[in-house]
Amino acid sequence: MPGSNLISLSLIILFLPLIGFITVLLFGKRFSKLYNLEIGILATNLILTIFVMFQKLMYFPEKIANRFTWINFGNVPFVGELKVELGIELTNVTVLMLFVVNLISFLVHVYSTKYMEGDIRFSRYYSYLGIFTFSMLGIVLADNFLMMYIFWELVGLSSYLLIGFWYEKDSAADAGKKAFLTNRIGDMGMWLGILILFTNYHTFTFDIIFEAINAGNIPFADNGWLTAAGILIFMGAIGKSAQFPLHVWLPDAMEGPTPVSALIHAATMVAAGVYMIVKVFAIFTADALLVIAVIGALTSFISATIALTQNDIKKVLAYSTVSQLGYMVMAVGVGAYHYAFFHLVTHAFFKALLFLGSGSVIYAMHHEQDMRKMGGLKKKMPITYYTFLIATLAISGVPFFSGFLSKDGILAGTYAFGSLTGHWLIPVLGFLVAGMTAFYMFRLVLMTFHGEPRDHHKYDHAHESPWAMTIPLITLAVLSFWITYTPNPVSSDAGWFLNKIENQSTVVPQDTRFEFMQTEDVPNEENHNNHTEQAVIHSEHYMHAMHEAHYPAMILSLVLASLGILFAFVVYYWNKVSADKMANAVPFLYKFSLNKWFFDEFYHSTFIRGTIETSKGLSVFDGKVIDGAVNGSATITRGFSKISGLFDQYVVDGLVNLTAFKIGFFGFIFKKTQTGRVQNYILLAILSLIVLFIIFLPFF
Amino acid sequence: MDFPILTLITFLPIIGMIVILFLKSEQKDAIRYTALISTALQLLLAVFLLMNFNYQAVGINDESSFQFVEKVRWITIPNISWLGTIKIDYFLGIDGLSILMVFLTAFVSFIATISSWNIPKQIKGYMAMFLLLDTGMMGVFVALDFFLFYVFWEVMLLPMYFLIGIWGGPRKEYAAIKFFIYTLFGSIFILLTMIGLYFSATEMVDGVRLHTFNLIELTKAASYSADGILSSANPNNYRFIAYILLFIGFAIKIPMFPFHTWLPDAHVEAPTPISVILAGILLKLGTYGILRINYSIFPEITVQLAWWIGLFGVINIIYGALVALAQKDFKKLIAYSSISHMGYVLLGMASLSVTGISGAIFQMFNHGTITSMLFLIVGVIYDRAHTRGLEEFGGLANKMPVYTGFVSVAFFAAIGLPGLSGFISESLVFIGAFGYGTTRILTIVALLGILLGAAYMLWTLQRLFFGKFNEKWQALTDINSREYIMFIPLTIVIIYLGIQPSLALDFMNTSVKAFVQFINTAGF
Repeated sequence: MPGSNLISLSLIILFLPLIGFITVLLFGKRFSKLYNLEIGILATNLILTIFVMFQKLMYFPEKIANRFTWINFGNVPFVGELKVELGIELTNVTVLMLFVVNLISFLVHVYSTKYMEGDIRFSRYYSYLGIFTFSMLGIVLADNFLMMYIFWELVGLSSYLLIGFWYEKDSAADAGKKAFLTNRIGDMGMWLGILILFTNYHTFTFDIIFEAINAGNIPFADNGWLTAAGILIFMGAIGKSAQFPLHVWLPDAMEGPTPVSALIHAATMVAAGVYMIVKVFAIFTADALLVIAVIGALTSFISATIALTQNDIKKVLAYSTVSQLGYMVMAVGVGAYHYAFFHLVTHAFFKALLFLGSGSVIYAMHHEQDMRKMGGLKKKMPITYYTFLIATLAISGVPFFSGFLSKDGILAGTYAFGSLTGHWLIPVLGFLVAGMTAFYMFRLVLMTFHGEPRDHHKYDHAHESPWAMTIPLITLAVLSFWITYTPNPVSSDAGWFLNKIENQSTVVPQDTRFEFMQTEDVPNEENHNNHTEQAVIHSEHYMHAMHEAHYPAMILSLVLASLGILFAFVVYYWNKVSADKMANAVPFLYKFSLNKWFFDEFYHSTFIRGTIETSKGLSVFDGKVIDGAVNGSATITRGFSKISGLFDQYVVDGLVNLTAFKIGFFGFIFKKTQTGRVQNYILLAILSLIVLFIIFLPFF
Repeated sequence: MDFPILTLITFLPIIGMIVILFLKSEQKDAIRYTALISTALQLLLAVFLLMNFNYQAVGINDESSFQFVEKVRWITIPNISWLGTIKIDYFLGIDGLSILMVFLTAFVSFIATISSWNIPKQIKGYMAMFLLLDTGMMGVFVALDFFLFYVFWEVMLLPMYFLIGIWGGPRKEYAAIKFFIYTLFGSIFILLTMIGLYFSATEMVDGVRLHTFNLIELTKAASYSADGILSSANPNNYRFIAYILLFIGFAIKIPMFPFHTWLPDAHVEAPTPISVILAGILLKLGTYGILRINYSIFPEITVQLAWWIGLFGVINIIYGALVALAQKDFKKLIAYSSISHMGYVLLGMASLSVTGISGAIFQMFNHGTITSMLFLIVGVIYDRAHTRGLEEFGGLANKMPVYTGFVSVAFFAAIGLPGLSGFISESLVFIGAFGYGTTRILTIVALLGILLGAAYMLWTLQRLFFGKFNEKWQALTDINSREYIMFIPLTIVIIYLGIQPSLALDFMNTSVKAFVQFINTAGF
């Protein structure tokens, strides 16, 4: 089977959900069963994806790509040939991601048949799932920045629609808006980064850009711009993957239906940022990578501390998601992008499982989300409980579960990074987070499923969810065991998964790399171009350091995870220590964590208030000053015309009248002389003659 | 030229107007259908132009490659004292800069005619004025003689004055007179420059050099006599002053900050279809005029002032968006958003690059469709609720689901969502403006516009449709079939050009490339 067939199949996989979206959106109201079409499409997609994935992984070690010209400007003055190309590419990472997206999307489609049953906009919901799947697949398949950006925005739209799905609630509408706008901030940066690259390379295609940089063609001939481009593009990931300081939208996004939280806000869309930086890892300079690592580490730490004290089951999971995304981002930053992607996949499964499990609980508890009102659900909902427990073990980093493998790799990577560069803060935060994660996850499990029921009324009505909801749980639980990825439960190095992830070669100039990423110049007499021989990303150095770090990191993380779990048991199972007392012991820290470090309050009182006040001020300025000037000049003109009117009336016309008056006056005087008597005229004539005679006398 | 198609497309509405004048005021349907048929035929002619347009023909500064040209002597006054022989041509033609604007004019006028169906009073006078306005606008886009251009420019003014002043809202007289005086103020500058250019340049006619209004001849350095007041050989800076005057004349129409305050007033008072015309077509006359006259006739000053044009573009984008954010009147908000979006046109033009100018022209077109749709949207809710106060609504999504759908399309197009046409033009503007060193930093500032744009649009969407339903609006109905007919074509164009932008971009590509080459290398 030729590679082009795989491309065609991928295009079918991409566009089927779009067809589902349009059909269900337009006709869903009339035909209430039409949502089944959307489910059928996802089932088809899943089968096709599995086929494409196996074909690609087995028979096509090389990348398969296909591009077409979207906009052709032809031969542009001062630039040369200019065209905008779109295209898709299939790499191992791509097909694995395709599988993850389609599988979870399919499971969520099935799960939602029950979870969303009876909703007034049931088919609308399915059409939105369709456009989401379409957009997400577009991101996965893109071989260029433009297409990635296009679908990046479209997932933003679908996320907006689904978060605000229950828009009658103000909180849901607010959350959707917040998500969209927060993401836009990141997208602005990303777009600027793309602009830098396009301006210099006149293409959006990843490979062509990488080749150009590899050939020593730096944006604006300045390494600073290259770093800037990298960081700016990473800004897109900061938004989409909810990294500090733009992480605030994700917890609010939990206003959306829970299956949506599982699909979009845990497993796939929020991982798109990580997926992107894994894909374009090649263009990050050392400075950019350090920024990425620090942002990731801070994010994972901040959100883990918040997750410790939340009482809403979905909020805990949301902050846990942010924290785990921070892990992945941090992994990319330290150069362990293999493990970043690995963690992305394992996390996608176990976090989707956690969300769907929490959805099952919420469904059983009649939309109760407060863990303080739960408890003892283990007996009532065994399938939900055991699958949830598996996912919890996975996320906590317990051996034999998937999360252990990927997390361990990330921690080893940070450890090696610390030892090679001296940036020890990153591994320290990473390990702390590992301990906290184990604690808050077990806190969640113990509060929800163990102990005595705290709300008996709701507890009595609770029961295990229907099969449409439990089958997805079981499927995801199976995928959370180590065996899916590697035969060795404590090391993934020999597993098929890691070996299928392609090596990325850093293309940035040697002097902008970390020392450990620099490659030795291969002495080659015939080839003076140093860049061509440097396809290896990780120097022996780094590999060695990571290998060395493996066991210390593993032991340390195990110890911390065990401590976390133990502590959770002490507080929430054996009740040896009261949580309230702990909170009272450090009231400030407790409040700080409970109130999410006051990020929302801070943003609200600075940026949002600032913008709104500025806009109000400008609006007044516009009316009073700018328009005032216009109206003012009109008034002045009117004033002038009034004055000239008066002038005209009194001065100009006055002069005219004065003249008339004078003439009238003299006329009046002279009228007196017109007596009509002949003798008077003769007298006047003689008098005149005498006067004339006297005047002209000297001339005679 | 065999068949005077441009004359026909320009004066067809006038024929409609004459027919309407012979009808009785009571024959309301006859009047409406006459107007509808006139604009429909005009639209068909515009489609015919698109289909027969030669993609390879340059236009710009080459008279022979303009298309559908009609050129006849219009006015000749031989040898009057020192003025010499006055010669004015009736000279029409289109190229890549104008073809899309011609189509846009026909398209939006047609939609606006449908929207005018229920004008409550004096439909006869209304439709007559409306058609006259249509002719004026179309004429500006096809005229290649400056004098003729100016005549059409002024022809537009009067019907617009009456349309706002008679059929407008409560403060219609104020808005109408403000619009009229403001535009006339700008026209004086255009007139001055026109006369200056006329006396500076000559063209060879039948072996004699005569002064000329020919816009193509005026783009050539060789046309100017060395002692001409606006000749580049003249060591004064009159060309610079003329450029600024002309620019202000056009900037008022765009409208460019700080000459924009007539627009919100005009929009708020104008009836819906007139707002549609105003936003959809009239504003483009400003930017088109700058491209066709400022850029082409004064290329060297354009290069010199590119940064300033870009700066005002950015101010329009950010300022317009911020002021829009503070509005509580739906229509005023859209009016300011329109100002903001015209800023992208200016920024793209300032980039003096193919991507930027293509983006600018495409943005002119997309602004025409998207903003028209936005004003129609305002009209729909105003017709039903008789208020435009955003804070009075809420939760309408369930009451008017189809309307909500169309509003979402238009809003997201305005936000620049990929898949809709606004995205392509804004992106091209950004690409062009960032690529050009002079406007690079400005572009970074302008990016804030896409955030602010999303902010006020989404907030508006929420205020209208989400949250708790206000029981006051129990009687509101979803859109009717006439409104469907207005929205569907616009939606199709917006979506189609978002997916297949080449359809529009190919029309202008050859011309824009020649244009950019010309501006940057003109021998002035």
